Amino acid sequence: MDYFLELFLGGLTRGSIYALIALGYTMVYGIIELINFAHGEIYMIGAFTALIVISVLTLMGMNGIAMLVIAGVVAVMYSSAYGYTVEKIAYKPLRNAPRLSALISAIGMSLFLQNYVLLAQTSDFLPFPNLIPDFEFMEPYAHIIGSTEIVILITTAIVMILLTILIKFTRIGKAMRATSQDKTMAMLVGINVNRVISVTFIVGSATAAIGGVLIASHVGMINFYVGFIAGIKAFVAAVLGGIGSVPGAVLGSFVLGWTESFATGYVSSDYEDVFAFLFLVLILIFRPAGILGRSEKNKV
Amino acid sequence: MLKLKNVQTFYGNIQALKSVTIEIAEGEIVTLIGANGAGKTTTLMAVCGVVPPRSGEISFMGDPITGMEPDKIVSLGICQVPEGRRIFPYLSVAENLDMGAFLRNDKMEIKKDIEYVFDLFPILAERRHQAGGTLSGGEQQMLAISRALMAKPRLLLLDEPSLGLAPLIIKKIFEIIGKINAENNTTIFLVEQNANLALKVAARGYVIENGRITLTDSSKNLLANEEVKKAYLGL
Ligand SMILES: Nc1ncnc2c1ncn2[C@@H]1O[C@H](COP(=O)(O)OP(=O)(O)OP(=O)(O)O)[C@@H](O)[C@H]1O
Ligand SMILES: [Mg+2]
Repeated sequence: MDYFLELFLGGLTRGSIYALIALGYTMVYGIIELINFAHGEIYMIGAFTALIVISVLTLMGMNGIAMLVIAGVVAVMYSSAYGYTVEKIAYKPLRNAPRLSALISAIGMSLFLQNYVLLAQTSDFLPFPNLIPDFEFMEPYAHIIGSTEIVILITTAIVMILLTILIKFTRIGKAMRATSQDKTMAMLVGINVNRVISVTFIVGSATAAIGGVLIASHVGMINFYVGFIAGIKAFVAAVLGGIGSVPGAVLGSFVLGWTESFATGYVSSDYEDVFAFLFLVLILIFRPAGILGRSEKNKV
Repeated sequence: MLKLKNVQTFYGNIQALKSVTIEIAEGEIVTLIGANGAGKTTTLMAVCGVVPPRSGEISFMGDPITGMEPDKIVSLGICQVPEGRRIFPYLSVAENLDMGAFLRNDKMEIKKDIEYVFDLFPILAERRHQAGGTLSGGEQQMLAISRALMAKPRLLLLDEPSLGLAPLIIKKIFEIIGKINAENNTTIFLVEQNANLALKVAARGYVIENGRITLTDSSKNLLANEEVKKAYLGL
């Protein structure tokens, strides 16, 4: 039972990280119907920014948790700035071009950012310190879940709640929902659609950066390529849940996290991806629009 | 109040408007009639800044609005009930009305205006928690008009409000268009294929053919015009 619980919570933790990244994919898709291939790189940049900040703060002899929080905040700001800029230079000029052009621009951005970090940093894996201490109150449960995992779960939960409030109750959230349903009509009621798109990129980048810092703490190392791998997984999760749907992205992420965790735990870690993609194929056969996705024909 | 001078617009390389010159005074009801693909919708979208003109000028209340962002144009008091109604399908009726008032901050007044449109269309009050996409065509048209009214427009643009509706509902909608104009002095620019109907509620009309305004006159004269009779009145 403990083993099952361990795998369950492990899957939940993985799922949380996927969710933090998948949200960006799904929100951007919901608003401009673009798969933002550079999104994984935004997450990677978040992790690198945090690493640089932590290195500097370590020299100043600061305490662990404080460093992590500061690094997280700087990473969020930096990644948001990147996300905002990527949209402005790579996607906005192509807003009325065929969809394929924007997609290719997205792939180009992804490669550009990878290589930019590769040149600016290094291709080697860099160690990322785990600054989350082992909490004393967690000791009795240490065999099923660690302190880092708990921090990941709680942070993700907080981000989800804040995001739900943003989308459901704020003015910009209402504008986001209206824009995702009908861009032209959104303009006609006086919504500044360009601003809504920018905010969507900023919010998606911010959550991805939080995911980047958390997973880097968990895994303990990063390189320029981590965004690509995590990005693909999160993208799968978003499709699984129904791309364009925010609750769908979260659900898809958990389903993916659990599939991987149980496949690794009960079969073999070699099969983790096999099961993950098998599951994706199965779900898409029975629900082509994803678990919570709206089929195109309902999308007016 | 609204002036279009030699407006030309393009979709990519396709020229949709070749020469559109229109002038509407405050408080008027003016109609624009024309066949399918003549450029009626494009004219309204040009006014709202959604399809900005490539050349020509548009001004509102004497100030140029050519090339202005759509949200800025809406904030000046120009509102559109677009072709096909464009109700936000997953927002409730109440939320759709709320979106109409997106640029307003006066909560108390907004409440009053919601009561006002519920008075105009009581069916919407009954359906207020229902998703917009599940309404019938007629109900959606009522909601689309109500949503535009929520912005308190000075100029209301209506794109084929009669399209696909039963005669009884059309009659009701046209009554309300007249009422909006009479009660609030809202200027109305009405696009219609149903020329008969449009020329009855409007005092003046323009005829658009192939992206060009080819004729303008009082409704009375247009109704009597042989060409118009043949082409648009089915006589
Ligand atoms: N998004 C678009 N892309 C390319 N061409 C377009 C687009 N929208 C309209 N057009 C073209 O512009 C011309 C004018 O179209 P518009 O929709 O303004 O006509 P309309 O008078 O409103 O017609 P209808 O009565 O059928 O609504 C048409 O030839 C149409 O094919
Ligand atoms: Mg039209």
